[in-house]
Amino acid sequence: MKEALQQCAAMIGKELSHLWRARARVAGTAAFALATLLLFSFAGGMNADLLRHNAAGYLWIGLLLASTLSLGESFRVETEHNALEMLLLLPVRPAAIFVGKAVGNLVVLLLVGLLMIPLCVVLFDAAPREGVGKLALTVLLGTASISAPGTMHAALASRARGRDLLLPLLLFPLVVPCVIAAVQASRACFTGDAMGELSSWLAVLVGFCVVHWSLGALLFERVVED
Amino acid sequence: MPPAIAATEVGRRFAGRWALRGASFEVGEGHTVLVYGPNGAGKTTLLRVLASALEPTSGSVSLYGQPAISQRARIGLLSHADGHYDDLSGADNLRVASRLGRLAGDVEAALERVGLAQRAQDLVRTYSAGMRKRLAFARLLLKAPDLVLLDEPYAALDTEGQGLVDELLAELRARGATVMVSTHQVARVAPRCDGALVVENGRVSRSTVPGDGP
Repeated sequence: MKEALQQCAAMIGKELSHLWRARARVAGTAAFALATLLLFSFAGGMNADLLRHNAAGYLWIGLLLASTLSLGESFRVETEHNALEMLLLLPVRPAAIFVGKAVGNLVVLLLVGLLMIPLCVVLFDAAPREGVGKLALTVLLGTASISAPGTMHAALASRARGRDLLLPLLLFPLVVPCVIAAVQASRACFTGDAMGELSSWLAVLVGFCVVHWSLGALLFERVVED
Repeated sequence: MPPAIAATEVGRRFAGRWALRGASFEVGEGHTVLVYGPNGAGKTTLLRVLASALEPTSGSVSLYGQPAISQRARIGLLSHADGHYDDLSGADNLRVASRLGRLAGDVEAALERVGLAQRAQDLVRTYSAGMRKRLAFARLLLKAPDLVLLDEPYAALDTEGQGLVDELLAELRARGATVMVSTHQVARVAPRCDGALVVENGRVSRSTVPGDGP
């Protein structure tokens, strides 16, 4: 158990160090997500109430679209020179590889999500009435709910032809419940939690995280081994 | 004592085509075996199956009497795809491998040994093909495996690099490692080998070391 945790920590360290060296990937993902928000603000017209009401939806659709770029790229570096095989032969446990990759993807999506909040305030006049802390917690749980199944399916798609097309086709249907919960929780943060539903939606996100992070760690071996 | 490698009727199929069929052979511990044959014969597939990087479609491989996958910590595979991260430096690539695999070897000493000490801090994306291969050898030195599988170790290397491979082969042999070398430089490697395997059309047959007579 101790050795497994040490490998997880080493994989997370490797992912974060690699992310720092490849900062352009994070910047590119953030630019894409911010551009998506801008497009939504143009498409939403001049109705300020409508924009404010839909801000949470725009935030999560932007993040979800951006996640496909980031997730796909995270496995391109593993398959480009067969580094994934090198890791398996070292040998690194597949579960540790999953945890490292998923945490790396979570960090990217979380940074992008947190960058999108001020832009939501500016573009949609959607200041978080429940406080920035609760919205940041929602973004953390929502991005964690995307990054675990996203890592799993990015690994699955990475060996296929047309992987860029395959990843969203596999991922989007799976994360619909998580996106609904994240949008509802974010809306409660933006417009006020009059009905006291925020904690329930956050609980749904926690449940989604527990299920997908556990499944990922258990099943990743079947995805990456030949 | 079980042999280092025992392959029994090993086959591997890709998209309906058998790349390797019915390979059965044993390699004793500490032996060096040459693997040769024409392009596309199945040499790379054979080494990758032995390394447990590919699962055999039929048959089985045991290493030191155990299933191959359980012996990964004892295997070193040098293949065409080197497994390096382009966005990390040569030294960082080795440090990552060392930390993840809990390898005992010294990173700086390994880089020095393969002649990359001067370029250790440069990103791997700036390396030539020969330098990438030297870095792969450095990772192999860090791991110090009992079973070494080398797929075209001389490819992309300059004269000095090829000399380095010769030296490493001699060192591996001296410390009792079991080595399988797939190469087209048969005349160069054969004198260092205890036996040879010929691979043709996915079939493997035992051969005497070329140059040793019938």
